[in-house]
Amino acid sequence: MAEFRMPSLGADMDEGTVIEWLVQPGDTVHKGDPVAVVDTDKAAIEVETFAGGTIGKLLVPVGERVQVGTPLATIDSSTEVGSVPVPRAPAAGSAAVEAPTAPEPSAAPAAELPAPEPSAAPARGAGEAGRVKASPYARKLARALGIDLGTVPATGQRGLITSQDVRRFAETTPPANGRRDTSLSAPAAPKPAAPTVSAPPTTPGVPAPPIRRAARHVVQRSQRGTIARLMARAGREIPHYYLSTTVDLAAAVGWLTRTNRELPVTERLVPAALLLKATALAARRHPELNGYWTDDEFRPADQVHLGVAISLRGGGLVAPALHDADALPVRDLMAALRDLVERARSGRLRRAEMTDATITITNLGDQGVESVHGIVYPPQVALVGAGRVVERPWAVNGLLGVRPCQTLTLAADHRATDGFTGGRFLTTIDHLLQTPEEL
Amino acid sequence: MTTYREALREGIRDAMRRDDRVFLMGEDVGAYGGCFGVSLGLLEEFGPDRIRDTPLSESAFVGAGIGAAMAGMRPIVEIMTVNFSLLALDQILNNAATLRHMSGGQVGVPLVIRMTTGAGRQLAAQHSHSLEGWFAHIPGLRIVAPATLEDARGMLWTALLDPDPVLLFENGALYPMAGDLAADAGPVDIDHAAVRRPGTDMTLVTYGGSLGKCLDAAGQLAAEGVSAEVIDLRTLRPLDDTTFVESVRRTHRAVVVDEGWRTGSLSAEVSARITEQAFEDLDAPVERVCSAEVPMPYAKHLEDAALPQPAGIVAAARKVVNGGG
Repeated sequence: MAEFRMPSLGADMDEGTVIEWLVQPGDTVHKGDPVAVVDTDKAAIEVETFAGGTIGKLLVPVGERVQVGTPLATIDSSTEVGSVPVPRAPAAGSAAVEAPTAPEPSAAPAAELPAPEPSAAPARGAGEAGRVKASPYARKLARALGIDLGTVPATGQRGLITSQDVRRFAETTPPANGRRDTSLSAPAAPKPAAPTVSAPPTTPGVPAPPIRRAARHVVQRSQRGTIARLMARAGREIPHYYLSTTVDLAAAVGWLTRTNRELPVTERLVPAALLLKATALAARRHPELNGYWTDDEFRPADQVHLGVAISLRGGGLVAPALHDADALPVRDLMAALRDLVERARSGRLRRAEMTDATITITNLGDQGVESVHGIVYPPQVALVGAGRVVERPWAVNGLLGVRPCQTLTLAADHRATDGFTGGRFLTTIDHLLQTPEEL
Repeated sequence: MTTYREALREGIRDAMRRDDRVFLMGEDVGAYGGCFGVSLGLLEEFGPDRIRDTPLSESAFVGAGIGAAMAGMRPIVEIMTVNFSLLALDQILNNAATLRHMSGGQVGVPLVIRMTTGAGRQLAAQHSHSLEGWFAHIPGLRIVAPATLEDARGMLWTALLDPDPVLLFENGALYPMAGDLAADAGPVDIDHAAVRRPGTDMTLVTYGGSLGKCLDAAGQLAAEGVSAEVIDLRTLRPLDDTTFVESVRRTHRAVVVDEGWRTGSLSAEVSARITEQAFEDLDAPVERVCSAEVPMPYAKHLEDAALPQPAGIVAAARKVVNGGG
């Protein structure tokens, strides 16, 4: 019997909400099949299973917010169907039931990422990423009372959850999983209160779309909080340095115009595709900027998974990865980009895309700005910003002409690299864009 | 009624009577009665052999005190203010504090150095700093800071019994402090911090000249319904961390009040030990109320503004208790 658990879909994720089950008990699934749609505060993501078999029981109702590592469903891996033992509700200590999962889907290259695998790392102590800010005493108390700190409103300094917040919460909220140790509770007896937003729907016949919409609403409120937490962490922990350079895109735009003339409308390239390719190639040549800063040291990544910042309808931002962007021909890269943007906006990103990015690019050119000085997305160490392509008077070989130019910036983690490396990286992008036909 | 100044004098008198190896030396301690009047009348009582005026040379007379202690005497050396002690820092650090170690335990320096510290008397930057935290950095020394009449009366003799050098820091603002001192007041323990006011909601850790301000603050906090425990460190080296760490384990919140400058201060050490030993019990970051990091001003209102005051202590306490500012 395997357990399908809430995966960690990003360094900053410690909870998620199932907003749709794609399977029903009794369904047969194979390794890699999408099983559920999970909302991570940032995006709705289809989650695949690592284990094949028959879906036993769905343990978590749609709409309920649970910790990473919480079993969501049971999967009977043995061939016989029908003699499925009744699984018990998840309890704190039941993590001993190990899921017989393959560590990675065979398609994805293994061992390139420090990101925790869902079945291997059940939330607790999974690193400093995306922490709830709580005082040590509040943590201790919450542990004793069986309270999930992520749900406790904070009143302390700089958004810190204090012991008083935990006590207040304990008094006004019914215990989850019935495992609250009342001996440590505050004197007032816990009384049943109005259900919280994350309470599971009780009507069995509620159709999926409204629930999904309701979940989305919760998500949009908390998404800002997640971005806030992540960016605050980046601002606090990452000593940034910034470089910028203006690139003459005459060659690139000329090549693009000629190429597009021969392509069907649906396959036409945009300048961003060239920029992504050039950036990915440059990241390959300067591995010092492609990877993660974890545990006080830089760990270069073996592949270039280019994170692309995509703004979502209704606000918010995700930066899913284009896998092996350096190896994709430009036309394939364009197709992949189109697909990625579409799925990001419809909430259908895949797990690996959310966790794998090794360096990110943000293109605010569409918004009309000329340059963007971004914030590195931890634990990555570099972020490339691209502004609008503008026509500028530009001197080439001593002659002044009007050329399409674009300002590229690099925001990078000074712990991992120095401006010298960053400068060479930007220069490499520039050089690559001068010979677009070779990209 | 007894003043802090009189209690100190009584402590010296008591020590001189108990042991004839004890003598007092320092600038103007004789006929003038000490620059703060602590030794007034002692010259008449014990004579010039035991109450000795010294030249204006801190390095020389502290060095002489170290020599006398090594030779079997029990000197009490008075340095007018902590600022001037820096002239004798070489003697204190390189000789007094290290001789036992460097002689392989053969030579000890049973010396007591008294000095005035702290501000609040409009004596400006050359006479008003609180550098006891610097001395508390030095292994080989014991640093004590009497904040009450009982401690002013009783710490000296206990210090003289210590086979190693003890520095006794008297906060100058306390000299006129008056109160009742029991007739039988005598030597006190210098190994342990004292809980001066019990409380349950937060802990104020302090010593010396800031104790009264902390007790004031605790009174104000009580009126607001916040029960503050006040810990008087008494000995700054070695720190009795058991007492304040246990207190914080109960109250979960701490404010350290130190008249020294904040950066690299004694309060930093206390705060660090709380974090090291009671991290899981902390409900808010440890707050510190220290002196402004400026040379102590002369003008009264500026001096008051530079020093920790009850209002600032109350504000810091509210911050750790309520999270507000």
